Amino acid sequence: MNQKGIDKILEKHGYEDSSIIAILQDLQEEDNYLSENDLVYISENLPIPLARVYRIATFYNAFSLTPRGKYPISVCLGTACHVRGAPMVLDRLRLELGIDVGGVTEDGLFSLETVNCLGACAMGPIVVVGKDYHGQMTPAKVGSALKKYRKTSKE
Amino acid sequence: MIKFTIDGVEVEAEEGQYVLQVALDNGFDIPHLCYHEALEPYGACRLCQVEITNGNRTRLTTSCNYPALEGIDVQTSTEKVIKARKMVIELLLARSPNVSIIKELAEEYSVGTPRFKLGDDDCILCGLCERVCREIVGVEAISFLGRGSDRKVGPPLGINPQTCIGCGACAYVCPTDCIKVEENENERTIVRWERTLPMKKCKVCGRSFAPWFQLDYFGKITEGIPKDFWDKCPDCR
Amino acid sequence: MKSINTPQELEKIRKEIVGGRDPEKPCIAITSGTSARAYGSEKVIDTLRAALKKQGLTEKIDIRITGGQGFDEREPLLIVYPQDILYQQVKPKDISEIVSETLLGNRIIDRLLYKDPQTGEKIVNKDDIPFYKAQTPYIFGNNSKIDPTSIEDYFTIGGYSTLAKVLTEFSPEQVIDIIKKSDLRGRGGGGFPTGMKWESCRNAPGNKHYVICNADEGDPGAYMDRGLLEGNPHSILEGMMIGAYAIGSDEGYVYVRYEYPLASENVEKAIGQLRDCGLLGENILGTAFNFDIKVSRGGGAFICGESTALMASLEGKVGEPRAKHIHTVESGLWDQPTDLNNVETWANVPLIINKGVDWYTSIGTEGSKGTKIFSLVGKVKNTGLVEVPMGMTIKEIVYDIGGGIAGNGTLKAVQTGGPSGGAIPASLIDMPVDYDKLKEVGSMMGSGGMIVMDDKTCMVDIARYFMNFLKDESCGKCTTCREGTRRMYEVLDAITQGEGKDGDIELLEELSWIVAEGSLCALGQTAPNPVLSTIRYFRDEYEAHIKEKRCPAGVCKALITYSIDEENCTGCGACKKVCPVEAITGEKKELHTIDPDKCIRCGACIAACNFDAVKVA
Repeated sequence: MNQKGIDKILEKHGYEDSSIIAILQDLQEEDNYLSENDLVYISENLPIPLARVYRIATFYNAFSLTPRGKYPISVCLGTACHVRGAPMVLDRLRLELGIDVGGVTEDGLFSLETVNCLGACAMGPIVVVGKDYHGQMTPAKVGSALKKYRKTSKE
Repeated sequence: MIKFTIDGVEVEAEEGQYVLQVALDNGFDIPHLCYHEALEPYGACRLCQVEITNGNRTRLTTSCNYPALEGIDVQTSTEKVIKARKMVIELLLARSPNVSIIKELAEEYSVGTPRFKLGDDDCILCGLCERVCREIVGVEAISFLGRGSDRKVGPPLGINPQTCIGCGACAYVCPTDCIKVEENENERTIVRWERTLPMKKCKVCGRSFAPWFQLDYFGKITEGIPKDFWDKCPDCR
Repeated sequence: MKSINTPQELEKIRKEIVGGRDPEKPCIAITSGTSARAYGSEKVIDTLRAALKKQGLTEKIDIRITGGQGFDEREPLLIVYPQDILYQQVKPKDISEIVSETLLGNRIIDRLLYKDPQTGEKIVNKDDIPFYKAQTPYIFGNNSKIDPTSIEDYFTIGGYSTLAKVLTEFSPEQVIDIIKKSDLRGRGGGGFPTGMKWESCRNAPGNKHYVICNADEGDPGAYMDRGLLEGNPHSILEGMMIGAYAIGSDEGYVYVRYEYPLASENVEKAIGQLRDCGLLGENILGTAFNFDIKVSRGGGAFICGESTALMASLEGKVGEPRAKHIHTVESGLWDQPTDLNNVETWANVPLIINKGVDWYTSIGTEGSKGTKIFSLVGKVKNTGLVEVPMGMTIKEIVYDIGGGIAGNGTLKAVQTGGPSGGAIPASLIDMPVDYDKLKEVGSMMGSGGMIVMDDKTCMVDIARYFMNFLKDESCGKCTTCREGTRRMYEVLDAITQGEGKDGDIELLEELSWIVAEGSLCALGQTAPNPVLSTIRYFRDEYEAHIKEKRCPAGVCKALITYSIDEENCTGCGACKKVCPVEAITGEKKELHTIDPDKCIRCGACIAACNFDAVKVA
């Protein structure tokens, strides 16, 4: 993000140290990840020791320090989804995408993450692609679910 | 003065003191790795656990951060305490099998080869390094990163913490000696953080005595000290 | 909404709103919480709006968008009032028929009704559906009556009248007394007596007291709080305001977990509405009570559901818990006296004060009063959120409300209490849901997750699953929790991989001891529970894995093989098509075979086969 944008976020939170989590959330919301440059800028301008910024950024799952795919994929591994076969869905996604959890596909289209319960257990197993929730996912349905995004991307 | 008992012996403490410090002052040898009397207690290593009875409740608890209270009874070697100590040592030994202080503790408490796959990380995540850097030196150049089984301590960008002044306090307090400091005529390196800083030479005797960056920092945080104070080594001042 | 400065003005506005609404006016309610949206409810709503506009019915028929109404499995739910007809799993293409047949033609569309799987009967009214019939939705039931983004709707169901009553008729001490007498216990899992907590907090010295709503619902499989926050945020805020008055607080926080954006949004909206009409701020309803609330979002960390970790997070730090011999009611947020309660606990407060202690204590058991909302999920037919009186048996919940096991499996266990809880075997499910009784069998109430498991669930795999979760969610501070959960996971993983050894069970028990005894906070202290309870009730499964290298439930990949049954296979090739590693060979109309060396047991062939020909052994 450009410096003006970060300044706006810092202002919104009153340049308060204790708002660092909310500050990083706003930044993550915009850019889909937290870049080193942006974090250094925040450290210098909040100001707050860089070590503390990284402590927060690496502790909380919400933050990603590497760019995510155009369509971040989140597989729910909550207990209900697990019991309904979520691990097999995850394995199938690994195979289809050729990446492991935390990775991004070469074309930058998809990244893969897991989440420990989205609270939508009735439709488990759930896979979120971008902002879309895909319920009752099975290994067999993975391919067709991804097709839509591959197609959209090509257009 | 606060009066309480440790292993049946009556001891005295001042307001604000913690049980471990009082115990150590009175000759009770409670093992501990993440405690240092100059720093805030943290309670991470769990080695200093003892059984403390307060009122009608007895619990196994860390003594480094348990406040000295009137009338409590502290037991440092009950069966439960020893069992807990042994298991903590076993877990630490499995994580850091090459660390001498842990090997010594293992011997003292008859902890054999751990029943788990051995790791090779000499750091036990006691946090003393990041605490001294933050609380005493005031630089906060390193911190804990990540969480759970992936937790580690280090510079935010992995190496070369930009605000580290090369004072070596972290190496000084580290209980496992995994932070090494190397020095030659011109440079000091805090090896674990891969931080190398050029050293300043004393105007009088000519030996290298501290990194420029460090003296710069001290100059900034102190008042009323003449600039040439930082040009001489402590021996020549 | 204009300013409301006195209880009388509040009543006046309520009367105006109620008076301005015709109870007989046709209305369509559609569920649109997170679950329903995932099923496409927003499109259904858009289609309905367009259809009504086209027919010139926009003025004649109201649309009410509600939060979840419990039966999430069948969402989106569409209810037609005043006839009270419930249509389930409604799609955009059903809308034109609903408009022409039901709204205009007053005819019921059979195919959209719920069908009772036992009797085959089609059921019209929501309350006749078995899923709803056995429930006592005193709290959750309000979700169906309101649009959560409308404070006017909340007023129509009596919203904030309880607050007004409290501020004008009771002293703070009297309020605490009522909550104490109600025996309300914390719904977040701890079950600590709420009244006692409030009293300690009020009496703690300090000129700043905080109240917090813990909405960091992290137990995987539990989403009751999401249902409440999305569907009726005002009920929680009203509870918090009553609590704040009782405790002497003027500042409150709702800490919502990061993964609940809609809940966060709806709470923020509700707070904005309250500020706009003066129900938050200074001199609320003309009294000396000042109070304001902020929403704070979590960062994605289960540990932040622990109260001291939550408070650390509110202060902008990492969620590392703090020693418990300093009570947060005396020294909590910013070292000030702080009262923290769970979402559902807060939602109980207006109900208790409104209906009275006698009514409330008549529900439930001796040690557990009132109702509890559970998320009934897993291998159960009717998944969703259910509210039942404490004391109802797990069996009744799973069968009468849940409809029994989904698919053709048999019930094996019900897991409650999330990663801090335990598995209750089928043989014990005749037991009541009660804080103390659940503890006795090695589990706990927890926040309300109730995961139904069948014979195809491997209990060793479940223990491994929970340990995997806990080792990642541990903050990592304590040697015992950090190293202990990791090592427990390693032992369990080895067992599921067929590398278990004699003595592993005993090793797990020893590790369980040190993790529980040696850790600072409840995450570590309760982490061994899922392992210990599965060893207690399913030891034979552990032994099969260790001694025979066999997984009785057919789950652990390293211990099972897939094969194709000669009798059932039709040679259709559906399995071959979906196999990602080309492990299946066979000609059309001939028996197909799976190469066990190539097969990765991903389950795609099982899902694709329409003839039940793929066998797991």
